Amino acid sequence: MNEHPAPKRKASDYKSEVKPVWCPGCGDYHVLLSLTRMLAASGTPPEQVAVISGIGCSSRIPAYTNCYGFHGVHGRSLALAAGLKVARPDLTVLVMSGDGDGFSIGGNHFLHACRRNIDITYVVMDNQVYGMTKGQPSPTTDPEWDSALAPGGTGIRPFQPLVIALASGANFVARAFSGQPNETARIIHEAVMHPGFSFVQVMSPCVTFRPEQAAWKDAVHPAPVEATDDPARAARRIMTDDGFNIGVLYRGDRPVFDPHSGAEPVPLSALERSFAL
Amino acid sequence: MTDDRKDAAALAAGIETVPELLAHALRIEEDAEERYLALADQMETHHNAAIARLFRWFAGHEAEHAREIRERMAGMALPEIKPWDFHWGDAESPESVDFTAVRYTMDTRAALGLALEAEARALAFFQRIVEVARDPEMRRWAEEFAAEEAEHVRLVRAEIAKLPPDDGQAVERAEDPDPPNEPL
Ligand SMILES: Cc1ncc(C[n+]2csc(CCOP(=O)(O)OP(=O)(O)O)c2C)c(N)n1
Ligand code: SF4
Repeated sequence: MNEHPAPKRKASDYKSEVKPVWCPGCGDYHVLLSLTRMLAASGTPPEQVAVISGIGCSSRIPAYTNCYGFHGVHGRSLALAAGLKVARPDLTVLVMSGDGDGFSIGGNHFLHACRRNIDITYVVMDNQVYGMTKGQPSPTTDPEWDSALAPGGTGIRPFQPLVIALASGANFVARAFSGQPNETARIIHEAVMHPGFSFVQVMSPCVTFRPEQAAWKDAVHPAPVEATDDPARAARRIMTDDGFNIGVLYRGDRPVFDPHSGAEPVPLSALERSFAL
Repeated sequence: MTDDRKDAAALAAGIETVPELLAHALRIEEDAEERYLALADQMETHHNAAIARLFRWFAGHEAEHAREIRERMAGMALPEIKPWDFHWGDAESPESVDFTAVRYTMDTRAALGLALEAEARALAFFQRIVEVARDPEMRRWAEEFAAEEAEHVRLVRAEIAKLPPDDGQAVERAEDPDPPNEPL
């Protein structure tokens, strides 16, 4: 994303006419605000931004912006976004997802998007539950969460998205909290400006199925140390923190994926000949 | 969100010039208007018409305050400030009602309570600037803003005092046919 000095834009210039249907109190309202404030601060014209999502409450977000958008198939937002960015490298491509969309059904795409290091930004609104389908545990749900749909808890070790992103090659890793929309806007802005695949886990409470997440606002705190450029060190820090460190945690410098290898493309007819029986 | 913004008043001390103060004052009103409009939309979507009307009424007032500030600063150039560089830290501007504090079943008393908290935060913000301002002109502006916020606090309190002990919507709440967090 380039910084666009003029004309001056307001956050509301990036909102569509569609009114969100999220539950009042949902953290995703704040994420929408962070997104539009971030875009206004960068000055990027809405038509140069594509917001791509999958399925879930969180994934409704493209409809609420007036950027280009694609509300895709469940779990496939990263595949869509990768294709778009390769075809239109001039666009700022933001992928907005949930922990179910991104880490369950979309988990495999997550690994390979990190590996490829295409220049896109992946924001996951993590509420540790499937909100849209009424409260099933997600990969990031803690094993003891006792609920009507998982009595006694799942007993399954939670997925560690930030560590998995680091191990898979993501070039920028950060954690944000939806209740701090200006800080979240700053972090997403930095993620967008950083070359390669940037991953931001935004802790975004689901007031309806996880009302106890209201306590997150008192639990979060700024990460006590500066971001590192060493993925092993970043991973160790994340695995031993309390899960509430907010800020940029890792900035890497891996080469960004370039679809143009420099080699001459092989004509289709030559390929066909090589497969002829 | 009151607690999240306890430092906002302390951070106000970082504002050093009149144009910076006006940029903050204007953003406070613009953010508050935007928030009330968003909350009114939420309440409409969830069929709570009475609270939608109330939030829309507050939005109109905040828009009016923003207009007055723009008029009074006539021609003065304000600094460009990124959302994350305003002097309210990680949190939001002080007069914005907390998104996470609303519920679709909320009643007038709860809505006015949130508005009161928002006005009180804005008052504390400007009072802090009055305390620490070294530039007399800046102090004068901050005193005016603080006086206006004090008046808003008084008005919202007066509205709350007018409410009957129970606002009559409790029955409606109890009869909510589709409670969102009903354990199965
Ligand atoms: C292929 C497919 N499988 C399952 C579903 C049902 N489904 C819809 S949303 C969802 C989970 C969404 O969870 P998350 O991404 O965490 O979003 P939230 O609603 O919590 O924001 C599921 C399983 C679907 N829509 N499509
Ligand atoms: S169910 Fe949860 S995630 Fe979905 S809109 Fe409601 S609060 Fe948000």
